[in-house]
Amino acid sequence: MTAAESTASLIQSVDWAAVAPPTIVAVVGLAVLVADLFLGERNKHLLGWFSLAGLAAAGLFLLPLTDSDREPRSTFCLSGPGETACSYTVDEFTLVIQLLVIGGALLTALLSMTTLKDARSTDKGLPEGEYWFLLLSSAAGAALLPASRDLATLVVALEVASLPAFALVGLKHGDKRSSEAALKFFLSSVTATAVTLLGVSFVYAATGTMHLTELGAKLGDVGGQLDTLARTGVVLTLVGFAFKVAAVPFHFWVPDTYVGAPLPVAAYLSVVGKAVGFTGLILVTVVAFPEYADVWGPALAALAALTMTAGNVAALRQRSTRAYSAVRLLAWSSVGQAGYLLVPIGAAGYADRNTDVLESTGATVAYALMYAAVNLGAFAVAALVGRTKALNRVSDYRGLYARSPLSALVLAFFLLCLAGLPPGIIGLFAKVTVFSAAVDAGLGWLAVVMAVNVVVALYYYLQWTALLFRAPEGEPVRHRIPAPITAAIAVTAVLGVALSGAPQLVLQFAEQGVR
Amino acid sequence: MQFLLALIVVGPLVGAVAALLPAPPGLKGKSPEQAVLRHGVTVTGAVLVAAIVLALGFDHDHPSKMQATTDISWIPALDVRIHLGIDGISLPLLVLTALLTFLCALYSYFKMPAGPSPKAFVALILVLESGTLATFAVLDLLLFFLAFEMVLIPMYFLIARWGGAERTQAAWKFILYTLLGSVVMLLGLLLIGLRAGTFDMVALATDNGSGLSTSVQVIAVLAIGIGLAVKTPMWPLHSWLPDAHTAAPTVGSVLLAGVLLKMGTYGFVRILLPIAPDGMETFAPYLAAFAVVGIVYGSLACLALARPGAKGDLKRLIAYSSVGHMGFVLLGISTMSPTGVNGALFANIAHGLITGLLFFLVGALKDRTGTSDLDALSLPSPGHRPATSGSAAPDSFQSGAALYGRAPRLGGLLAFGAVASLGLPGLAGFWGEMLALFGAFKPADGLSRPAFLTFMAIAAFGTLLTAAYMLIVVRRVCMGPAPGSAGPASGAASAVSGAAAAVSGGASAAPGGAEAAPAAVRAPGGVKAAPGAEPAPRLADVHGYELAAWAPLVALTVLAGLWPAALLGLTDPAVQQLLAGGKS
Repeated sequence: MTAAESTASLIQSVDWAAVAPPTIVAVVGLAVLVADLFLGERNKHLLGWFSLAGLAAAGLFLLPLTDSDREPRSTFCLSGPGETACSYTVDEFTLVIQLLVIGGALLTALLSMTTLKDARSTDKGLPEGEYWFLLLSSAAGAALLPASRDLATLVVALEVASLPAFALVGLKHGDKRSSEAALKFFLSSVTATAVTLLGVSFVYAATGTMHLTELGAKLGDVGGQLDTLARTGVVLTLVGFAFKVAAVPFHFWVPDTYVGAPLPVAAYLSVVGKAVGFTGLILVTVVAFPEYADVWGPALAALAALTMTAGNVAALRQRSTRAYSAVRLLAWSSVGQAGYLLVPIGAAGYADRNTDVLESTGATVAYALMYAAVNLGAFAVAALVGRTKALNRVSDYRGLYARSPLSALVLAFFLLCLAGLPPGIIGLFAKVTVFSAAVDAGLGWLAVVMAVNVVVALYYYLQWTALLFRAPEGEPVRHRIPAPITAAIAVTAVLGVALSGAPQLVLQFAEQGVR
Repeated sequence: MQFLLALIVVGPLVGAVAALLPAPPGLKGKSPEQAVLRHGVTVTGAVLVAAIVLALGFDHDHPSKMQATTDISWIPALDVRIHLGIDGISLPLLVLTALLTFLCALYSYFKMPAGPSPKAFVALILVLESGTLATFAVLDLLLFFLAFEMVLIPMYFLIARWGGAERTQAAWKFILYTLLGSVVMLLGLLLIGLRAGTFDMVALATDNGSGLSTSVQVIAVLAIGIGLAVKTPMWPLHSWLPDAHTAAPTVGSVLLAGVLLKMGTYGFVRILLPIAPDGMETFAPYLAAFAVVGIVYGSLACLALARPGAKGDLKRLIAYSSVGHMGFVLLGISTMSPTGVNGALFANIAHGLITGLLFFLVGALKDRTGTSDLDALSLPSPGHRPATSGSAAPDSFQSGAALYGRAPRLGGLLAFGAVASLGLPGLAGFWGEMLALFGAFKPADGLSRPAFLTFMAIAAFGTLLTAAYMLIVVRRVCMGPAPGSAGPASGAASAVSGAAAAVSGGASAAPGGAEAAPAAVRAPGGVKAAPGAEPAPRLADVHGYELAAWAPLVALTVLAGLWPAALLGLTDPAVQQLLAGGKS
């Protein structure tokens, strides 16, 4: 690179519209933190509404980006001698994941309104300003991640998404479980990040570039001596993302963390946290390391098989009378679901370059959209039940139909979607796309493992579902359902039902691939 | 026409949602329960009428042509199209489903099974109906899978909530077995769809496997075959069936045997035979072998259950007999010859009619006597007498529930169902089995004839066993000393056996002799069937509503037995076309 060129590249024009969604979320987060200092105790609840509005605005700013005739918009570019390499790109993939992240954060915020309100009435309140600030910061990081196109930005985005999450998990004052969960989460996550950074440095050493597109081109030309270094770097880089997805063997933190965290935060981690992980995985594997598909393809396929098996078996072993077993069950089930999410990415390692890769990863995106909607819905109903039954055991759901028929029906629908059985049609077809990605790539053994897992998972999902309709013990007491939870449940339920009627809405990504 | 077919598939679904909503004013009826049960009868009735109109409007001159077709794109991403249509193969099954569900709804209107609210019951029956009808009407592989899965949840809840003893276990066994099978089936369907480039059954059948390499076909047939074989059920994958039937409520058993099992065999005929003929040819001898083992195994299991002292449950016995009957269906399919497949389809329908009737009858018997245990029904049990235990003792001729005497019409119907089930010529059960055996006598070219001849011989032996256990059942349930006619010859024996019954009933202090018999009558858990010195109480004979629910089945059994051409004329051209790859 000559001196003149490097001077020219120092002056960058920033496409503000393209970077608007994560920026707005971050700015609103900072504004909330400042506003918290000036608001009296009585007006703290305004912070929640302000955060909601901020997230909604960020979501609205996705709209103008959609109709730009499908041409990717890039910014923060370095014009090198060959093609330009950009750090921030908005393409269809980015938009879909950003929609998922912001939508997930929005629903989490709705659930948080009630949780914070309930906490206010007890002596162990949650600090509201900090809570909203942390949630929004994490969401900003998560929204930045799908647009990042160089390894440094990716790692920074990953950490921006993760660090506030540790604090959110440990936010319950005076709750030993909460602090323990946060510490567990923090230590294991930091280890994973350190390993990733090591991997990134190896890859950088071997190729001399950070940009994903350039990496994709240059990794093929790595000489014999550096090949081992590059290979090791590729594997190590994947570790940090595998941790966020909660893939085996980085899954032990999940149940304790979910139980220790406030329930909306657990919901957030299970959806947005996972989205961050697999987005990073897709970007790194498919865009940056396609040359090493023979390394990460089998590795991710094996990881997928282990993850879904571990998650489902552990969920199967949950006793329904144990304290917080409902959240534990959802936690382990989310580990199992992460396994299904990994299948298409692993399959992409076996596919023909350029064509099937997009289709395969598209199946992951489609599945993630389905999973986000129904899992958030299930957490919303769990939050509702948790208000009256503090222990939130699965056995507390017995006879929910008698107490509140609609929420029981909706929860049953969500659980069957997760299980992938009609009437949860969208769950069924999302699983079909994942299966077809595996079959198409010739991964028959993985498809069979997944088939067995689907049956195992059905056992605990259906057990829970059946419990909802059993005769209740004692007289059913009806409670008033707070409006924000109602809204969250309604939104997710409408989404689930609409997608069941028109699965094409999300499955289109599996067909064309997300580019 | 196509609207009619769409209505038949979607109507029950809409009805199911409507059943969960409160009844509109004017339709409230006497009570909410009565209103929702009536709603069920109305909806299933409307679907039945629609199905009959569809059958009447069906072009009987061209039964091999897909008729009343709808073809709308639904999920372009997966290439899933809402492709509906019927031909001579699916039409009879469609009408059978609509009929059986209607009869079940009618029966439940008067005799709701014990359990929670009828609202959910009606909704589940309707979803079940929609799923089964959709299975027979769809022409898209993924849609077929969707319909196949749709029946699982309703049937699970029907068994788990309205069933009898051990219902939870049985329901789990049912759903886990079937789901495991159907997920494996999905893998096979995806393999076919992805390799051939389309999920459309008609297009795939026209290709007749030309777009698929033999190895793909073999794997696909193995995967799909396992899924369908679990549902059918084929020995050795049948073990969920007896438990599910024993635990299910009467209407659940009727629908399970009459309709749900047919989804498996229908899949064999509709998907495997035309779409993957090479793979099917590879597996046909194995399928036939398993089918024949199933025939013999089912019959032997029934014989063991029918033995005095075995505490055999009548429902379980009929379930095992289903394993045998479905064995004939599978044998017919595995011959891959028009005769065999026609026989299989005929046996399918016949089994639906006859076994549906039998489950109705046993359910009614259980309602009246409180048990379906053969030994409890036909007291006294010789198991308590050391001299006769272990073998079918001669004095067991004297034991029997004496249904002929106590409820003559019920007994007559049961005997009718039993002889129809054993394949008496002139009734529906005969033709299917005979044609399946004929098919095995001359299987399709490329299949080993000696092997199939062996299978045929074993299967024919199975029919003898079937006849044996069915006649034992008739003897033990229907015959026996009529009430009030205990002659001097049997007096002594029955007095002793009365004592045995008293002991088994827990009345330990009962003295021997004539006083024992009333004790047996009063014994807790015992049945009012003790043929003692005192006349056994009469049972309520067939009620009007029962007659209404059963008469169509009886009539159709006789009709299909006397005029098989009505059914074969529908299926034969379609089968010819399927086997020839849509070219004829």
